[in-house]
Amino acid sequence: MKQRPWLFLLPALLLVSISAFIPLITVMNYSQLTLLPGTEPYFSGLENFVAVLEDEAFRDALGRQVIFSFLVLITEIPLGLGLAMAMPKEGPGVGFSLVLLGIPLLIPWNVVGIIWRVFTRSDIGVLPAAFDWFGYTYSVSSSTIDAWWTVLAMDIWHWTPLVVLICYAGIQAIPEEYYMAAKIDRASPWKTFRYVTLPNLRGVLIIAVLLRLMDSFKIYAEPFVLTGGGPGSSTTFLSTYTSRMAIGGFQMGRGAATSLIYFFIVILISFVIYIVMLNLGQGAGGDQ
Amino acid sequence: MNKRYYLILFLVFLLIPIYWMVNMSFKPNSEILSRLTLYPHEFTLANYEEILTSEFWRAGYINSIIMASMNVVFVTIAALPAAYAFSRWSFRGDKHLFFWFLTNRMAPPAAFMVPFFILYSNLNLIDTYWAVALAHCLFNLPLAIWILEGFMSGIPKEIDEMAFIDGHSFTSFCWNIFLPLIKPGIAVTAFLTFMFSWVELLLARTLTNEAAQPITVTLTRSLGAGGWDWGVLAAAGVIAMIPGAIIVYLVRDLLATGFSMGRV
Repeated sequence: MKQRPWLFLLPALLLVSISAFIPLITVMNYSQLTLLPGTEPYFSGLENFVAVLEDEAFRDALGRQVIFSFLVLITEIPLGLGLAMAMPKEGPGVGFSLVLLGIPLLIPWNVVGIIWRVFTRSDIGVLPAAFDWFGYTYSVSSSTIDAWWTVLAMDIWHWTPLVVLICYAGIQAIPEEYYMAAKIDRASPWKTFRYVTLPNLRGVLIIAVLLRLMDSFKIYAEPFVLTGGGPGSSTTFLSTYTSRMAIGGFQMGRGAATSLIYFFIVILISFVIYIVMLNLGQGAGGDQ
Repeated sequence: MNKRYYLILFLVFLLIPIYWMVNMSFKPNSEILSRLTLYPHEFTLANYEEILTSEFWRAGYINSIIMASMNVVFVTIAALPAAYAFSRWSFRGDKHLFFWFLTNRMAPPAAFMVPFFILYSNLNLIDTYWAVALAHCLFNLPLAIWILEGFMSGIPKEIDEMAFIDGHSFTSFCWNIFLPLIKPGIAVTAFLTFMFSWVELLLARTLTNEAAQPITVTLTRSLGAGGWDWGVLAAAGVIAMIPGAIIVYLVRDLLATGFSMGRV
């Protein structure tokens, strides 16, 4: 009987070991080698890690990445939660809204980039024309600020629907009686939200926050197609940097070291947020 | 009622860029480049014709559909028992194992490209459906286990016990009682799995050359070659959106129940 859980976990463990564990070991192996084309690989210990950490381009990309993910979280989570609360709870409106919300999620990521590229390009886009009308020269390819907020707007456009769907699922699961009780107690809308909705949504909010955090840390195709990482390197995020290092650059060992540091940072941040969120609403009116 | 306006405003925001692309896909390049028009003045289907008559594009679609479906099957088969184990039993190290599964979703694909290529080369699977369908388990399996575990934990354990007292075997319990109960949960999971597999680019590009090239890769490759043919590109984008829209439309009822589970 004791082995039963492991038996159930076996297929998942097998799949993960093919798709994650073996490649991870390979990356670890590479990260300690110096691999230059045309020469024999040799062991160089932690040299690659030191080189990555000392690389200014890496630190810049990391900084941009952290700022970007932070902005993504503080805009998409409240926005998505608000929208989920505005969704109809039943009736034909539900299916309609779900279909519309699902569309951006099912567009291939590079197509998302294309959509926004044709939307914002100076020669053929409608957005620059609209700004021009207001007397503002808008250009993704030459202004860092425009490029930044466009990438952010694109991410909000692309991923807020996922947050809405997840929060909507959570809201639907809250028993109607809780709201009745709040009504009888004459709780204000804010108090109802604070002491009924929010505590009951802790589980799904953890999912939403962690998913958006992990995925925004991995963002690659969309900004790559939209801005190409520019102007200059102002929208070059961590994964653009890493893939350049692993494939474009010749140094596989250094690429592997970059990947590991990258991986470690994501796990660390996710873990901290996971723990903080698990403890956050504990005992603050939550009923579980 | 102002809540509704907030929602409608956002839905409009979702649709504007999509409309712009659809609009462009019906225009000839001369119109796209010469002036801004809010609807196609010189309406044309030439852009679509170019794509739909090409074997290259069609193969991309079929490959994408097959690979994403295979991935859904692998992920569901592996995730169902795993999620059941996590939701029903506590065993040594379960919390750690659960978080470890999750960490795999955090793995940046950029980090895994080269090792994946080497691994699948050694397995002789490069440029096959298997390679991509297996590789996508990296980020889909943890998510599936996570979501299914949530759904399963919402079903009281007493249901399991009652079924066993009634003399159901484990298989018959799963098939006749448990699976029907969490069907909406499976629908939501399958939907998200399909979605993440359908839209993934980096791993798919690394692991395929020609035979198994999915549509996302076809799109990028055609971007590189032959400059920017805006009209065709927009049309390709529109066609890449359609399967997704159809899928959401088909499963909308299941999704709606899936998303409202626990309200019974």
